[in-house]
Amino acid sequence: MIKYLIALLFGMAVGAVVFLGLLYFNPLTTQQRLSPITVTDNEVVKLGYSAAVQDMLIYTNDGESRVDPHPAKVLQLWEAPIRKTRAMATVLTDSRGQAAGIGIKFWSDSESTNILNGQAIVDSVWHIYMPERGSLFVAQSENLWSYLREVVIPAYWSSADNWRGIWRGNITAGPGALGTASVAGGSGEFAGLRSEGVEALSAKAYSVELGPVAVEGELSIEIPSEELEASPDP
Amino acid sequence: MCGLSQIGAEEYDRNANLTKLSDMFKTFVAGILLGIAGAAAGLYYLPVVDQSREQSLIIVHPNLGNTETFYANVPTDRILIGAKSQQNPLPPGLQWPDDAEFANLRVELFKIRNAKDAVVGVASRMAANDEVPGDVVEWVLHLPARGSIYFSMQPEPEEGGHRVGQLQAGTREFGSLHGEISERWIADTTESDDAPAGRIELITALAALQADL
Repeated sequence: MIKYLIALLFGMAVGAVVFLGLLYFNPLTTQQRLSPITVTDNEVVKLGYSAAVQDMLIYTNDGESRVDPHPAKVLQLWEAPIRKTRAMATVLTDSRGQAAGIGIKFWSDSESTNILNGQAIVDSVWHIYMPERGSLFVAQSENLWSYLREVVIPAYWSSADNWRGIWRGNITAGPGALGTASVAGGSGEFAGLRSEGVEALSAKAYSVELGPVAVEGELSIEIPSEELEASPDP
Repeated sequence: MCGLSQIGAEEYDRNANLTKLSDMFKTFVAGILLGIAGAAAGLYYLPVVDQSREQSLIIVHPNLGNTETFYANVPTDRILIGAKSQQNPLPPGLQWPDDAEFANLRVELFKIRNAKDAVVGVASRMAANDEVPGDVVEWVLHLPARGSIYFSMQPEPEEGGHRVGQLQAGTREFGSLHGEISERWIADTTESDDAPAGRIELITALAALQADL
């Protein structure tokens, strides 16, 4: 009888592993690589940043995660309602690598996460100020499943505790129908703006100890032209 | 005769062992199916992420939407002061960019609390004085279990010292709302040693957008 019980338990363990393997290698949950706003005729503002914690002005989390806050004495988000939230402030650069603005990002694990569908969802917002231009608010749901599957988990599996390679993908998954973020302008030339955006990550190295080591982020924000806005409705 | 019965017994034992092995294999296969079903059911029914929630302390006004009050204790809830003129950087070790274009920009991050003094979210405040946008004061409040709200404030305070702003955008439970916010500094008057210097009070007054009938 004991032998049958052991066979059943061993089978269940194998079944659970097989199921998780199927989820992990599921080819149907691939990342959207092409940004929907690359085909627009409107101006697209591109803002880059380094996702390496040491390159940020500040980065903070609950203080117990593997990636340490930066600088070391920054206030940590340890209270229960904000424990699954991270915050960062960073310098945003234009396409020539020049400082173009300051960006604040808050992101929290989302309750709409559904691993069965390959969705590791994070709710995030950007608060951006671009000197002499104005301010923007970008709200989005990010799906980090492909990034986790192809960069972070392989780093944990690696005997050297890191990952090196080339990975690029859009992490924005909504709320727009085409998987775009919603953008609202607040001041300056962006006052009253309602538009869409996409955030992408480009990874070359990830360390289990340090988190993203060589990972660049890019926010693409579509700025509708006045001509299009003023065109008569057919 | 004796030899034949011995062969029969061995055959019987072999068959019995094969049957046992076959039954165990069937049990193992059943276990695999159960494991797959169990893992699927577990991932379907058990929440992967469960955000902790504090009570939303909202006052509903007759025909005027609702108001909710948030606070940030200063300096204890302040995460960041980013400004070129800042003598003592917060957090210590912060290296704020000294580019000339950021000279008129001040960025602050806070933890925010509800009316019962429980931390419920984080917020950013940006204040700038540039030629093109003019005077800019803005807040973004991020409440992980509820959503985020973005306000643009009037640069000049009203009488009484509070500054008023309009809701520009909201997400999730704030996505279909419109309204305003007021910002006010309240200095601490308790003179207690461990009391904060004061607190920033933010009162949101939000209502649902009227649907077209």
